[in-house]
Amino acid sequence: MGELRLMKGNEALAEAAVRAGSDGYFGYPITPQSEVIEYLMAEKPFERTGMVVLQAESEVAAINMLYGGGGTGKKVMTSSSSPGISLMQEGLSYMAGAEIPCIVANIVRGGPGLGDIQPAQSDYFQSVKGGGHGDYRLPVLAPASVQEMSDFVPISYDLAFKYRTPVLIVSDGLIGQMMEKVELFDQMPRITDKEINEKYPWATNGKPKGKERRILTSLDLDPHKLEKHNFHLQDKYKQIEANEVRYELIDCDDAEYIIVAYGSSSRISQKAIQLARAEGIKVGILRLITLWPFPKKPIDELVIKGIKGFLAVEMSAGQMVEDVKLTVRERTKVEHFGRYGGVIHSPEEVLEALKTKIIGG
Amino acid sequence: MTEEIIIAGFGGQGVLSMGKILAYSGIMQDQEVSWFPAYGPEMRGGTANVTVIVSDDRISSPTLTAYDTAVILNQQSMDKFESTVKPGGVLIYDPNGISKHPTRKDINIYTIEGAKLAAEMGNTKIFNMVVLGGYLKVKPIVKLENVIKGLKKSLHERYHKLIPLNEDAITMGMKHVVLK
Repeated sequence: MGELRLMKGNEALAEAAVRAGSDGYFGYPITPQSEVIEYLMAEKPFERTGMVVLQAESEVAAINMLYGGGGTGKKVMTSSSSPGISLMQEGLSYMAGAEIPCIVANIVRGGPGLGDIQPAQSDYFQSVKGGGHGDYRLPVLAPASVQEMSDFVPISYDLAFKYRTPVLIVSDGLIGQMMEKVELFDQMPRITDKEINEKYPWATNGKPKGKERRILTSLDLDPHKLEKHNFHLQDKYKQIEANEVRYELIDCDDAEYIIVAYGSSSRISQKAIQLARAEGIKVGILRLITLWPFPKKPIDELVIKGIKGFLAVEMSAGQMVEDVKLTVRERTKVEHFGRYGGVIHSPEEVLEALKTKIIGG
Repeated sequence: MTEEIIIAGFGGQGVLSMGKILAYSGIMQDQEVSWFPAYGPEMRGGTANVTVIVSDDRISSPTLTAYDTAVILNQQSMDKFESTVKPGGVLIYDPNGISKHPTRKDINIYTIEGAKLAAEMGNTKIFNMVVLGGYLKVKPIVKLENVIKGLKKSLHERYHKLIPLNEDAITMGMKHVVLK
């Protein structure tokens, strides 16, 4: 068993970054995730593993530092919160185009604009439908506990390098600020230059003798060549959709109704289904672990099984619910419930919404 | 066993650290724990509160609207949280600084003179540990030995010399908690 600690979600993310063998963290503080860089600066991983921790002058600078670091085949990550993530969208689009691996963690807060610093899930569209320009997708993982804030870091690096893509970890102020028990995984070694040369023939870490110059760019002025590059990207996204869907079914075996939720909302919904079951209402949860790729198959299977209705619970005005509707295709009822702008819905409100919008509605 | 607690008072009373020590104590006896503080603008005006859940099972929602126990350390928190205790639940408060005492008849109400006892012990900083002792007397959800282990884990080593004082404070609180 690994080391047990009581940690904030943000701290667990930071510690996991070190233990996953990151070569660099570049970030700019913003509530509710400033503990990430605070923890790293206090922990001094540059003394522990040689990992670089740098406070960039802005989010725009931080994401472009990832472009540089990731481009050399190193493991690099950043974290920010909603307004800061918006600033990073140009860089993310460029990295998707140039196929550069990295991790970007978004500890979402209420919006739009500067919004507030309380938890929200209103960056779903930005995370799964683009955010930056161009035809691209990013794998998006949504931790629902402090444990997963730690566990999802090495998983994200694996995805990032397997598919040469930025990976998003999308959490929120609730998971970031709360403390829970976390079992830390053992320190993984940082990758060596030799390993990078062997594993990543694309890495721009100096021109090897007798080999062609390596270029990482998203620019190609020949539309036919750029279309071909886009075909390649789309093939990659199809592979990710086929292989990397992650989800969890909670109490779905005998369920007549399903709550679809992720992150904090899935935790709150677990309390709601306990309250519902105490009243004899058979309801389960489909919890999204990957927001993209979206778990279409399990939803389809639940529809075929005869589920009477789906309630999409998210701290937004209704974003994920659109993907649930696209999957259910009007074969049964789909409704949305959620508080937003930094307000967290209570388990009782979720139960009430289930009763009025799905069961009685 | 699942115990859902709200601890609420002024910033600086050690509300958050009391919750942290309780959560760490739960970990020391292999329980699941969560600790969720009010942060940001909610804390303006000097109030602080934290929701702590200690359970034998996987914890669902870390935020709640009803609690098994409320530990209340100022009037603002009394106004806000007296009504959130589940029927049959427990409310523990320090009467020092409370002008409107709790009136509910369907819950068990205890008082602990935390501020007074800590002052008598010569260290007002151990106020929160006296209150924790009072709570643990009423709700012995974690063993004292695990609280001490939890203290060791949550305090920096340079403060470990203060652990006996903290233990005394907990014991003092256990002795002086009173059912109203």
